Amino acid sequence: MTSDTGPLSLNVPEPGCRPGRTPDFSDFEIPRAGAVARPPVDADPDLIRDMAFSIVRVLNKDGAAVGDWAGALSTEELHEGLRHMLLLRTFDARMLNAQRQGKTSFYMQHLGEEAVSCAFSRAMEPGDMNFPTYRQAGLLIARGYPLVTMMNQIYSNAEDPLHGRQLPIMYSSKEHGFFSISGNLGTQFVQSVGWAMASAISGDTRIAAGWIGDGSTAESDFHAAMVFASTYNAPVVLNIVNNQWAISTFQGIARGGVGTFAARGHGFGIASVRVDGNDYLAVHAVAKWACERARRGHGPTLIEHVTYRAGGHSTSDDPSAYRSRREAAAWPLGDPVERLKKHLIAIGEWSEERHKQAEAEVLDTVRAAQKEAEAIGTLTAGKVPSPRDMFEGVYETMPPHLIRQRQEAGF
Amino acid sequence: MARMTMIEAIREAHDAAMAADDRVVVFGEDVGFFGGVFRCTAGLQEKYGKSRCFDAPINESGIVGTAIGMAAYGLKPVIEIQFADYVYPAYDQIVSEAARLRHRSNADFTCPLVIRMPTGGGIFGGQTHSQSPEALFTHVSGLKVVMPSNPRDAKGLLLAAIADPDPVIFFEPKRLYNGPFDGHHDKPVESWKAHPLGEVPDGDEIVPLGKAAVRREGTEVTVLAYGTMVFVAEAAAQETGVDAEVIDLRSLMPLDLETIVASVQKTGRCVIVHEATRTSGFGAELMSLVQENCFYHLEAPVIRVTGWDTPYPHAQEWEYFPGPGRVGEALKKVMED
Ligand SMILES: Cc1ncc(C[n+]2csc(CCOP(=O)(O)OP(=O)(O)O)c2C)c(N)n1
Repeated sequence: MTSDTGPLSLNVPEPGCRPGRTPDFSDFEIPRAGAVARPPVDADPDLIRDMAFSIVRVLNKDGAAVGDWAGALSTEELHEGLRHMLLLRTFDARMLNAQRQGKTSFYMQHLGEEAVSCAFSRAMEPGDMNFPTYRQAGLLIARGYPLVTMMNQIYSNAEDPLHGRQLPIMYSSKEHGFFSISGNLGTQFVQSVGWAMASAISGDTRIAAGWIGDGSTAESDFHAAMVFASTYNAPVVLNIVNNQWAISTFQGIARGGVGTFAARGHGFGIASVRVDGNDYLAVHAVAKWACERARRGHGPTLIEHVTYRAGGHSTSDDPSAYRSRREAAAWPLGDPVERLKKHLIAIGEWSEERHKQAEAEVLDTVRAAQKEAEAIGTLTAGKVPSPRDMFEGVYETMPPHLIRQRQEAGF
Repeated sequence: MARMTMIEAIREAHDAAMAADDRVVVFGEDVGFFGGVFRCTAGLQEKYGKSRCFDAPINESGIVGTAIGMAAYGLKPVIEIQFADYVYPAYDQIVSEAARLRHRSNADFTCPLVIRMPTGGGIFGGQTHSQSPEALFTHVSGLKVVMPSNPRDAKGLLLAAIADPDPVIFFEPKRLYNGPFDGHHDKPVESWKAHPLGEVPDGDEIVPLGKAAVRREGTEVTVLAYGTMVFVAEAAAQETGVDAEVIDLRSLMPLDLETIVASVQKTGRCVIVHEATRTSGFGAELMSLVQENCFYHLEAPVIRVTGWDTPYPHAQEWEYFPGPGRVGEALKKVMED
C-alpha cells in the first residue's frame, strides 16, 4: 500500500428529491424543440452518436410542431392519438378504482407515459411484434384491441382470454402484435431480438420492438439483447422507457451518475436516440424512423424515451414514501395529453369544449366496457374461469400425471 | 421479549447482526432508502449508513455475483431477492459459484452469504409472485436451505444463517409476514402480535439450522410441513380430529432426520405437505427418507399434499393452494388404511 492513498469509499448514487425535498430538475438538460436534426434512415451509427445525449423534441412550449421531425402525422391521426391517450388514461383511472374496490387483485397504470406506447404503436405495422413490459397497454389500445377483453383479463373472469392464469394487466395478443407479458423483468428484451432475427432468417418483412424500463436495463438480458442485436444486425427497435423510477429506486442506480441509457448502445455500434417521451409527435417520428431503419435492413435502433412515472409503481406502491409529492408536477416535460391538446388547439383543430366533449365520450366508452366486463364477472364475483382451466395448456396434450392431479383436485 | 410481525423480526435479526459485526452488509432491489418492498430492511440504511445497506441495480445475477465477491473478500453479505420468482437470473451464480466455492478452492475461498427471498402464494400474485422453488436449491450440494414459519424462528434462523460460514438460502413465506395463515382465506387473519410465536427474544439468540420443531404433538400420524403449510396442517388436524403430530421442518438442508424418524416410527403414518408443485418437489425427498428409515413402522402409504404441477394460477389460487380441506382429506385417508 502506498502512503498517499486514503481509505476507499463506496459510491451509492442518490436522487435529489426524497420526500420533503424540493424537486430539482435544473441539472436535466432539455434541448429546444426542433434542435436535433433528423438523419437519413441509413445513417451510420457512428455519425449520429450525439443523438444519444440530446433529446428529439417536436412540440415547443407554445404547442407548435417545429424542426425536421415534424409533419409526419395528419390532423386525423393527431385526433386519434389524443383519443388513444385519453382512453388509456381513463381506462387506468377506472381500473385503479376497480382494484381499490376489490374487484381485482392488482393494477398498474401509465399516468404520464401515455404518449410512449400510443405513439409508437402507430409506427408499427400489422404483423410486427412488440415484446412489451406491463406499462405499454397503449400498444393494444392504439391498435383497437377491445377494452372489454382487456378488462376481462384484469378481472380474471370467465371471458378472460388467458383463463385467469395471468396476473391482471399481463395481456397477450399475437394478433395485435403484443407478446405475452412476463413478470420477470427484462426477459422479453432479448426475446424481441430473437424474433427479429427469425424474421431475417425467414426472409420476412416484419420487424420486432423490445421494451424495457430504465431500472430493468440493469438486467443481464438487456446486455444480451444488445450483443445479439448488434452481432446479427437484427431488424428490431429496442425501447427503453426511462420514467425516472424503478419502484423506490431512481434511474441513477441502474445508470450510475454518468452517460445516458441511450449511450449504452454505442459500445455495440447500435444507432441510439433519446426522445421526449411526453411529446406524442416526437415519439411517433422517432419510432417511424427506427422502424423504417429496421425494415430496410439498416439494423437495430436503441431508443430512450425520456418520461416520468406520475402515478405509483403499482397498486401495491405508495410513492410518497420515497419521493417528493411535488416531483410529478415539477417534471419539466409536462403532460403528454395536455401537450398534444395544446398543439391541436394551436393549429386550430381543437378547442377546450371539444376536449371536454371528447373526455366525456371516452369516459362513456370505458364505462360501457366496464359494465359489460363486470356483467360477466370480477375476480370476486360473477362468472369465473373453471379451475379445470388451470390444468389445461401446461402442455399441448395433458400428460397422465396432470389428468390424475386434475381428478384429485375434483375437476 | 416483544411481540412482533415476521417482518419486524427479520428486521431485528439484521439489526442485531449488523450491530454485532460490521462485516455484515445488506443490499438488494429497493432495500436501502425504502427498506424493501416488504419493509424487512427498513431503517437499516439510516442506522448503518449507505455503505452497509444500499439499493442494488435490478440484476439478480449481479447482486449474487457481487455478494460472492464480497464474501470472498471477508464480508458477510445478506442480500434480498425481491421475490423468489426472480432468483432464476442468479441461479448460475448460486449453483455454479456460491455453492461450490469452498469445495473447489479447498477452502482457500469461502462464501458466507445469506440470500433472502419471499416465497409462496396465497396473495394473488399470479405465476411470477407465488412460486416455491426450494427444491431447486436443496438439490444443490453446498447450499443450506431454511424456511421459518413464524417471527420467533425467523429471527433466530436468520441470525444462525448470517453466522453460518456457508451460503444459506433463506425463504420467507410472504403469506406469513403479518400473521399466521391457516388457509382459510375467507376468515380474517389475526396478527402475530396476538400469537405466542410472535413473541421474539431480544438480542441475538439463534435458532440452530438443522433442527425441526414439533408444533403439535400427536399419536396417529406425522405431518411434515414447513412455511405456511405448518398452519394449514395444524388447522386440518384440528378440524378432522385426527391426532396428528405436526412437525415444522424449519430447515430443509440440513434436515432434522432424527425428529422426523422418531415421530413417524411412533405414529406409523406420514403425510407430507408443501406448496410447491409436486413432481420432484422436496416432498419426494422426504418420502424417500421416510421409506428408507421407517418402512417397517409404516401402517399406511405415505401421502403428499402439494401444489399442482401447473404454473401458479392467478384466479384459481385457492384451488392451487393446498388448504386445510385437502390436507384434512389426506389425514382421513391415511387413517383409513
Ligand atoms: C427479474 C425481476 N426482478 C425483480 C422484479 C421486481 N420488480 C418488479 S417491477 C420492478 C421495477 C422496474 O422498474 P423499471 O424497469 O424502471 O420499470 P417501471 O416499473 O419504472 O416502468 C421490480 C424491481 C421483477 N419483476 N423481476
